[in-house]
Amino acid sequence: MIYVLLFLEFFKIGLFTFGGGYAMIPLIKETVLFHEWIAEAEFYDFIGLCEATPGPIAINMASFVGFTQAGVLGSIVATFGVVLPSFIIIVLVASILKKFLERKGVKNFFTGVKPVVIGLISATGLVLLFKALVYENIQVFNFNLVSFVIILVLIVILVLYRLIFKKKLNNIIFIALSAVLGILFSILI
Amino acid sequence: MLFKLFITFLKIGLFTFGGGYAMIPLIKEEIVEKKKWISNDEMLEIIAIAESTPGPIAINMATYIGYKNRKILGSIFATLGVVLPSMVIIILISLIYNSFIQNQYVKYAFVGIKCAVAILILKAGINMIIKAEKKALFIILLVLTIILMLCIEIFSWSFSTIFIILIGGIIGIVCGSIKKAGKQE
Repeated sequence: MIYVLLFLEFFKIGLFTFGGGYAMIPLIKETVLFHEWIAEAEFYDFIGLCEATPGPIAINMASFVGFTQAGVLGSIVATFGVVLPSFIIIVLVASILKKFLERKGVKNFFTGVKPVVIGLISATGLVLLFKALVYENIQVFNFNLVSFVIILVLIVILVLYRLIFKKKLNNIIFIALSAVLGILFSILI
Repeated sequence: MLFKLFITFLKIGLFTFGGGYAMIPLIKEEIVEKKKWISNDEMLEIIAIAESTPGPIAINMATYIGYKNRKILGSIFATLGVVLPSMVIIILISLIYNSFIQNQYVKYAFVGIKCAVAILILKAGINMIIKAEKKALFIILLVLTIILMLCIEIFSWSFSTIFIILIGGIIGIVCGSIKKAGKQE
C-alpha cells in the first residue's frame, strides 16, 4: 500500500540523515528513483523550488513526493514519516538519554559519520554541476553552453557580493536571480 | 502555553528559507531573547545535540524546546508548528506544479535554477569541509566517500547511501578504540 510504503521510506530517510537537509538529498534521490516516484530531472527542479520556499528541505521534499504519489494524505504520511525518527530520538535525549550522546563510542561513531556525510553532499553538488553542463547524460557528452554561462555568472555574482557587502547572499535572491538568468540566456543563446 | 509554543514555531517555520541553519538566528531572537524559554548556552547545547542526532535541525530544535517547556505535549505542538507552514505551502505548490512546469518560460527559468542548486549544494559541502577539523581519518573518509559516490553515479552501481553512512560510523568506532588501545599500552 502506497501510504505504508511512503511512511516507511521517509521514516528510513529521517532516521539516517545526520547533519541537516542537504545530507538528505542523496538519500531521497536514491529512494524516489528506486521506486520510480519522480524522474531525476524533476527531482532537481524541485530542490530549486524547496530552496525558494520556507521550511526545512527534508519536510518540503517529503510533502512533495508524498503528494505526487498519493495526494494530500500522501503528503501528510510522508512528512509524518520523515519527522518521527528525530522526534522520538530528541524526546528520548531530552528526557532520559542526555548522557548517551557524551559516551565515547557514540562520539567515535559520529567522528566517522561526519566526513561521510560531507562527502555525500559534496559529491551530490559535483554530479549535479556536471549534469547541468552536459544535459543530464554522462555517457554522451553534450556540452550545454547556456548552463555554462549561467554557472559562471552566478559564481561571479556570489564572489562579488561577498567582496562588496562582506556577507552571504540570501538563497532566495540567489535562486530568483538564477531563474531570471535562465530565461535570459535561454532566449539569447 | 501549548498554543504559544505552536504559534511561535509556526512563525519560525514560515519565515525560514533555505534549510535548518537559517533558523538559528530566528530561534535565538524569538526564543532566547524575547520569550526567554531557554538560555543562550542551552541553545548552543541543543545545536550540538541536533547535529549528532538524525533529522532536520529545525525539527530537533522544536522538539527539544517544546519538551523542555511542556514535556511530550509541548514537543508535539512545537514540532507541528514548525512543520505545518512548509507542508501547506508545498501542497499548494504541488496542486499547480504540473501545469506550471509545462510553461516554456518556467522551463527556461529552471535551466538557471538547476545551476543555482548545484552551486548551493556544492558550496554547502565546501563550507562544511572548511569548518571541520581536518584530521587524517576525516580526510581519508571524505575523499573515499566522494570517489565512491562519483563511481556509483558514473558506473550506475547500486549501493545504498545508508550503508555508506553506517560504514563511516563503524570505521569511526574502530579507529577510536584502536587509538584508545594504543594509549593504554
